[in-house]
Amino acid sequence: MKPALNDIWDWLDQVPDPEIPVISIVDLGIIRDLRWEGETLEVAVTPTYSGCPATSVISMDIETALRDKGLSDIRLKTQIAPPWTTDWLSDKGRARLEEYGIAPPSPAGGPDKCPHCGSAEVTKVSQFGSTPCKAHWRCKDCLEPFDYFKCI
Amino acid sequence: MTRENALFEFLCRMGDNTLVLGHRVSEWCGHAPVLEEDIALANTALDLIGQTQMWLGLAAEVEGKGRAADDLAMLRDAWDFRNVLLCEQPNGDFGQTMMRQFLFDAFHVMLLEKLEASGDERIAAIAAKAVKEARYHEERSRETVIGLGDGTSESHQRMQAALDLLYPYVGEMFAADEVDAAMAEAGIAPDPSALRAAYDAHLEQVMGEATLTIPESRFAHSGGKTGFRHSEHLGHMLTQMQWLQRAYPGATW
Repeated sequence: MKPALNDIWDWLDQVPDPEIPVISIVDLGIIRDLRWEGETLEVAVTPTYSGCPATSVISMDIETALRDKGLSDIRLKTQIAPPWTTDWLSDKGRARLEEYGIAPPSPAGGPDKCPHCGSAEVTKVSQFGSTPCKAHWRCKDCLEPFDYFKCI
Repeated sequence: MTRENALFEFLCRMGDNTLVLGHRVSEWCGHAPVLEEDIALANTALDLIGQTQMWLGLAAEVEGKGRAADDLAMLRDAWDFRNVLLCEQPNGDFGQTMMRQFLFDAFHVMLLEKLEASGDERIAAIAAKAVKEARYHEERSRETVIGLGDGTSESHQRMQAALDLLYPYVGEMFAADEVDAAMAEAGIAPDPSALRAAYDAHLEQVMGEATLTIPESRFAHSGGKTGFRHSEHLGHMLTQMQWLQRAYPGATW
């Protein structure tokens, strides 16, 4: 019997992002669609940044997770339109990012507060950070550096 | 030239621009003046190489001869590359690299914004993805050009030298030829010459803020986007970029 799509969504919500393991690939908003085409499960995945090296690892992790649940007939499809946006990050994902010390994306173009001490006195160090999706900021109160998830 | 040939040429131009510039920028990895700049340059290169996979992937599909993006990137020689000459110019100092980046980014954003409305939905989809990254690149290269131009006397002098050196490569990006005409007629891509006025206005505003003087001469080198005459630098770059496939043909891992 084919498992229900809702259950499959839950399974994929257990697959951590390889670079930011506190959020799942579902939280990240990159799983765009799940559907059964006959006996084949088709998973539509969208890349975050065009050259993000985590993309191929994520595809492998999806296959592994689904195979562990007994699914073998899986087809991964890359879907680039509409382009990924940080608006697709789940609320759970945003909260976990902040607990982990990464400021979640904000439409204002920068973090509204330091994820460590909550101060609003923050300053940009660099537009880029340790992964394509992050920028590098610093808190002027607690003096700690932190990552900011770029808003795109 | 058939429309399919023109489309292949156009896609190679898009992909070769991002590939060659991406590789150039990646040459900084581990060498940039400070760690933050090193990371920023490597991330910029990564975005450009990612965009290359989409453009050259589509080029290979359109060509229909069984080649893939990797074949186009790693197995062609200099005369088959279709990037503009600006992208293949050497890095020089950090200022020269950032000037080259800004001159290209400003053009890239304007072109991609038009391509989002391309009549070919595959091209529109790639452009919509790439333009978000290109805007971010332009923001950084623009701010850096302004900061260094309007900086110390040493940084100002170096940025002026970079602009004088690279400005003669700007014109080629806007010089339309039969490929561009075919793309414009088919509603696939804009006539690049139509983008020049907006580019000039932007350049004038940014260079004004950077206290830099745009050279008076509109002389433009050409030969990159047609492949007719690349500068000597491209061949040297390819010997590095394609080394592995040249030394061990067909190697995979």
